[in-house]
Amino acid sequence: MIVANGALGSVLATLPLPWPFERDYMQLALAAGLVIGICAPLIGVFLVQQRLSLMGDGIGHLAFAGVAAGLLLEVWPIWTAMLVAVVGALAIEWLRSRGRTTSDLALALWFYGGIAAGVVLASRAGNGGLAIVPYLFGSILTIDASDVRVIVILGIGIVAAIALFGRALFAIVVDEESARVAGIPVGAGNALLAVLTAVTVVAAMRVVGVLLIAALMVLPVATGRVVSHSFRGTMAVSAAIGAFAVVAGLAAARQWALAPGGSIVLVAAFVFATVSLVGGRRKRPPTPVMPVPRPPDELGRDDGHDHTHDHTHE
Amino acid sequence: MTSPAVLAAHGVSYSYGDEPAVERVDLTVAAGEFVALVGPNGSGKSTLLRLLLGLLTPDAGTVEILGQSPRDLRDRWRIGYVPQRRILDLDVPATVAEVVTSGRTARRGWWRLPGKADRAAVDHALEAVALADLRRRPVGRLSGGQQQRVLIARALACEPSVLVLDEPIAGVDVESQRLFRDSLVHLVEHHDSAVLLVSHELGAVANDLDRVIVMKRRVLFDGPPDELASTGVNLGVHADDLPRWLEELAP
Repeated sequence: MIVANGALGSVLATLPLPWPFERDYMQLALAAGLVIGICAPLIGVFLVQQRLSLMGDGIGHLAFAGVAAGLLLEVWPIWTAMLVAVVGALAIEWLRSRGRTTSDLALALWFYGGIAAGVVLASRAGNGGLAIVPYLFGSILTIDASDVRVIVILGIGIVAAIALFGRALFAIVVDEESARVAGIPVGAGNALLAVLTAVTVVAAMRVVGVLLIAALMVLPVATGRVVSHSFRGTMAVSAAIGAFAVVAGLAAARQWALAPGGSIVLVAAFVFATVSLVGGRRKRPPTPVMPVPRPPDELGRDDGHDHTHDHTHE
Repeated sequence: MTSPAVLAAHGVSYSYGDEPAVERVDLTVAAGEFVALVGPNGSGKSTLLRLLLGLLTPDAGTVEILGQSPRDLRDRWRIGYVPQRRILDLDVPATVAEVVTSGRTARRGWWRLPGKADRAAVDHALEAVALADLRRRPVGRLSGGQQQRVLIARALACEPSVLVLDEPIAGVDVESQRLFRDSLVHLVEHHDSAVLLVSHELGAVANDLDRVIVMKRRVLFDGPPDELASTGVNLGVHADDLPRWLEELAP
């Protein structure tokens, strides 16, 4: 176990947090986890709307190759992972935007290429490649103050970018073509989203691992979409659920000696399943005993909408 | 004095591979004009629209938006665009107000926070399409006609000089068609904006149109609705009249 060090470690160590966060290493884990728990859904809300839920997964596999390259070259793996993930994310976006290949095919190409390159590079690194395991599944309990510092800086960058460009990204994900007609730089917006996804993946590598980061980008958002009716509300609820999953997941991991990355994701999945069941039950409209007849002026029209339900909204 | 052209195509042609979609089309739409573009399915209407909006580059000929080539146009927010609703995913978890406010993003500067003028323009647009009371409702829970009005309000919110609509009233209810007509007439009469409407159903706006352009790869007719009526097509009599006539047009 690496003990908290430096100024950040000292600050965290003085925080009188209750169990399970009374220990230094748990406080560092909490700090890093909360940053990722909040930031990952903030990016995920745009990815889910663009039907790119697996983007985080694809970039995670590229980051894996970057980590392996870092271990082989004996440089800090976070920087090589960042370089490979950002370049790969931009390449995926380039392929997607030019219609050279479909979104899922573009992701699959990098997904498998990344993991294969990672395995090959790791096999050439020392220790039989064992040093790469913490990046695959996360190792939040062994995180040190320098890791937390990098994660916090990346997190601030992600939140600042969303605060500054979130409205333009929203206009793009609602209707890309209209945004383009209006003069919003759609290509730059999509590239920015790809880069932010890469940055989030790299920041989250030590928290939940490259294999699970996509879950933290998607599951809280899926829950937020059930609970909230506004985009702003969905972002807020998703970030709150991401943070809750980190706190509850870390507590469960400490209590029952579980893998923390997996525990965090399982909490997020459990929250989604529970909210979906409860929310789905509440939102389901009452089934009419007999079909409600449509007014004569609507007969013969088909707008793909259930008009028997329309009139309740007016 | 003739109003300046806000949209113009000069000898524009475009092909998908060997398949010509638009051939030597000339047309202009002036400020304050309300023009309908009609044609049978596959006649090149949507392609022409995308050419006029600068989303496609013509193989031959030139396009001008607000007197400039699409590439040189800086104030693109002056173009309002309402796409076909079926190509949109309105499953976005967003309220009516959020979607309509997004129509101001380009005009405001995409990095700036919405201000007083933005809120006033959004309120005005929502009132114009009679959706002010539903501003906090999720768009995904609206009827088809209401969703269409959200998209129109989003385009109106940027106070466009020219509004281009692609099949905006396909399949929407009669009340929404009436509100739709009122909002377009309001835009033309009170804001001197130009409206180019691509639609098969012109009954709701038949009495308000300045011109009708009929195309089937080329422009076959360009003139006032009365002139088109003299050929035996009455835009306002029956919703099926125009589509039937269009399908019978010579290739």
